[in-house]
Amino acid sequence: MFKKTLSYPHLVWMVLFVIAPMFLIFLYAFTVTDDGGTLSFTLENFAKFFEPMYIKILFNSVWIAFLSVVFCIILGYPAAKIIADRDRRRIAMGKKATGLLMLFVMPMWMNVMLRLYAWLTILQPDGVLNSFLSLLGLPKLDIMYTQTAVVLGTVYDFIPFMIMPIYSVLIKIDDSVIEAAQDLGANKTRVFWKVILPLSMPGVVSGITMVFLPALTSFYISDFFSGGQFMLIGNLIEKNFKNPVGRNFGSALSIILMIFAFLSMHVMKIFNKSNRQMDMY
Amino acid sequence: MGKHLIEFKNVCKTFDDTEVLKNINLHIDENEFLTLLGPSGCGKSTLLRIIAGFEEPTSGSVCFEGADLCGVPAYERKVNTVFQRYALFPHLDVYDNIAFGLHIKKLGSKEIDSKVRRVLELVNLKGFERRTIGSLSGGQQQRIAIARAIVNEPKVLLLDEPLAALDLKLRQGMQLELKNMQRELGITFVYVTHDQEEALTMSDTIVVMKEGTIQQIGKPTDIYNEPKNAYVADFIGESNIISGIMKHDCLVNIMDTDLECVDTGFAPDESVDVVIRPEDIYILDPDKGKITGVVESVTFKGVHYEMVIDSNGFKWLVHDTAKYEVGSDVSLLVKPFDIHIMKKS
Amino acid sequence: MKKHFFKSFIENIYLFLMFLFLYFPIVILMIFSFNSIKSTSNWGGFSTRWYVQMFSDDALLGAFGTTITIAIIAALASCVIGTAAAIGIQGFRSKRLKGLINAVTNLPMVSSELVMGVSMMMLFLTVKIPLGYFTLLLAHITFCVPYVIVSVLPKLVQLDAGLYEAALDLGAKPFYAFRKVVLPEIKPGIISGMLIAFTLSIDDFVISFFTTGNGVNNLSIYIYSSVRRGVNPMYNALSTVMFILVAILLFIINKRSSSKTGDSPIGVLG
Repeated sequence: MFKKTLSYPHLVWMVLFVIAPMFLIFLYAFTVTDDGGTLSFTLENFAKFFEPMYIKILFNSVWIAFLSVVFCIILGYPAAKIIADRDRRRIAMGKKATGLLMLFVMPMWMNVMLRLYAWLTILQPDGVLNSFLSLLGLPKLDIMYTQTAVVLGTVYDFIPFMIMPIYSVLIKIDDSVIEAAQDLGANKTRVFWKVILPLSMPGVVSGITMVFLPALTSFYISDFFSGGQFMLIGNLIEKNFKNPVGRNFGSALSIILMIFAFLSMHVMKIFNKSNRQMDMY
Repeated sequence: MGKHLIEFKNVCKTFDDTEVLKNINLHIDENEFLTLLGPSGCGKSTLLRIIAGFEEPTSGSVCFEGADLCGVPAYERKVNTVFQRYALFPHLDVYDNIAFGLHIKKLGSKEIDSKVRRVLELVNLKGFERRTIGSLSGGQQQRIAIARAIVNEPKVLLLDEPLAALDLKLRQGMQLELKNMQRELGITFVYVTHDQEEALTMSDTIVVMKEGTIQQIGKPTDIYNEPKNAYVADFIGESNIISGIMKHDCLVNIMDTDLECVDTGFAPDESVDVVIRPEDIYILDPDKGKITGVVESVTFKGVHYEMVIDSNGFKWLVHDTAKYEVGSDVSLLVKPFDIHIMKKS
Repeated sequence: MKKHFFKSFIENIYLFLMFLFLYFPIVILMIFSFNSIKSTSNWGGFSTRWYVQMFSDDALLGAFGTTITIAIIAALASCVIGTAAAIGIQGFRSKRLKGLINAVTNLPMVSSELVMGVSMMMLFLTVKIPLGYFTLLLAHITFCVPYVIVSVLPKLVQLDAGLYEAALDLGAKPFYAFRKVVLPEIKPGIISGMLIAFTLSIDDFVISFFTTGNGVNNLSIYIYSSVRRGVNPMYNALSTVMFILVAILLFIINKRSSSKTGDSPIGVLG
């Protein structure tokens, strides 16, 4: 039944639309086209990246992505834990899960742009937030067009990707493991720090990998919330590709981004050796 | 027994450089209940899968009613299989599972109906037609798996450890039922198991296998009483196996004790394996028997006591209805025809 | 008992605040979608004018149509390619080859959307396929297929290989055996894979942004480019409609898979 030939359309497709395009990126990254249209090998696209301006953009992006990941964990982990606890208790009693997870995920399914648009109307200088504050007699907040707004948008956009993997690991923790820990004399706090948290690390790690890279590259969020004045590496790549002369530099940036992504994923893998799920992401 | 139904000639099978079957020669007769017996990994299941058509032999030939089976796909063979984990179709109910093969044969719905009912009666599950597979117990699933296979009236029914997943009591009941079913239906059963008791209870012929080779083919009584080598003896029932020297015909020496036996045809002073069944050893007061020892442990087994007797470091396993206390000195006696002498393998 | 009550009280407050964070913006949008004036802070009375405007905006409806048709075609195509591929991948005995294929399959999921988008754009520009509906579709199928494979593969691994053999043993030809025995078993995986593909396609912005052109927009791109020109309450109306559609869709999926955990597309994504 498992005829290898059945996978060939997929493999051909992948070669055409994934491998070949990646190859092109490499080709562009290591070449320049002169006026006559001939290609020549060069490293100048990469050298250009080491100008202080670009390094600063990279640091900025990493900082924003890092902050977003941290907030996603701080906000998402307790939520995932509370829902998973309740669902596990119900499933143990033979009932259906609460469906609370569904509520957390639902906004994710609405169009990404509409989601961001919703915050736009709130954060605008004359938006809901400020009219609410002035109603209370408080000073106006100028969040819009700041780093805070970008982080807020990123967290809002990606928090389901942190909650889901943590939840799916927590829900699978065997109750007997927790009972065993209690039996051995661990109190609730100890059970959490010594048993539940280590067991849920695979979920946290896949959450981090699912949030960090997109946060690094989601140029549309910083476009939305900073009106384009706040450059992230994603914006830089986007700008360079939308302009035909920037494509060589854009390709080099893409490669740097990929290396960065694979490195951070590798670090995560080492950090979390036992996590088999990592192979999926 | 009738003519040869299936014949294996010099069959070899290799998987990724591992030889699973080595030069198998075997024939299976009509109406025979043949059991392939051996530990896991001995190639017995592969042999069965070759008959079913899920594997092709690497070399050699398999004939069915005189015609070569090579290249005949599984769905065209006149054999059906009862799978180890039943492989019942979980999305179909009992009726549709059993009718699966009949639908393919394009029988009329009336005929299918009567056949399904008849076979359900045969496996004692009348009225289970519309039950889902998930709602059945292990034993019931087992019966449905058998029903699904025999409803197609195969020439040969292949059974791959069909009782392995059942508990002891159910297993013993099913053993008898299977044997009766085979007699009633008059079809050949090829049965794979690693359970020697099961093999002894049900089979007409037992094929003992080890690492891809056939060790012995014979009737249950022959295999039990006249094992060809120490491996077979050990596999078929518990045995005491000890090295000895054949002094001359009908006299063997073990542990510096000469014992009379009935075996002949060995060279003088040839090194041999001596096999003695635990129930063939008599345990007596000291000085009454030939071999002396100390009782090391006693376990009550329902009908008899199982005792371990330490005799100069060798632990004899003895089954006897008389009980001796742990630590007491005893002696052992074996009748000459209960001593089995085997060439060293 | 008292302690437990306190704990669940704190938990409820936390959940409430989280839901507030997630839904407050959406609720605000919904409320102001019925506002008669063009403001997101002052209420000028009830009106459905933004809904009327939305349904008469041809560009918006066009983008909506593109989004839906692309999502349907991409979901169906990736479903066929992905299911076949998953079955084929199971046929590879060599561990190394299997690992390589899985690595290639996972590439679109692990590598950044941005890189996927720009690299495909470069491909289309290089082989001179004009950017538009067709390239958008190709791109969407490309990023959908791996998700179908990932959701079908576990079902195939779980599948008792004996079932297929049992069908052959009972006289079924290979294709019949596949259709009658294997397909019903892996169907939940195929369907959830298709749903993931559908929703990913509907929601996608980054890859679409780079692989479309010539005025062909999907909803995300259309909103992206017009919102930057300023707030328009029409999008409030659109958000309300989308949110209700999503809620209905999720409700149906939840009903379908509530009995079997792990079959829901959320489970696969997580």
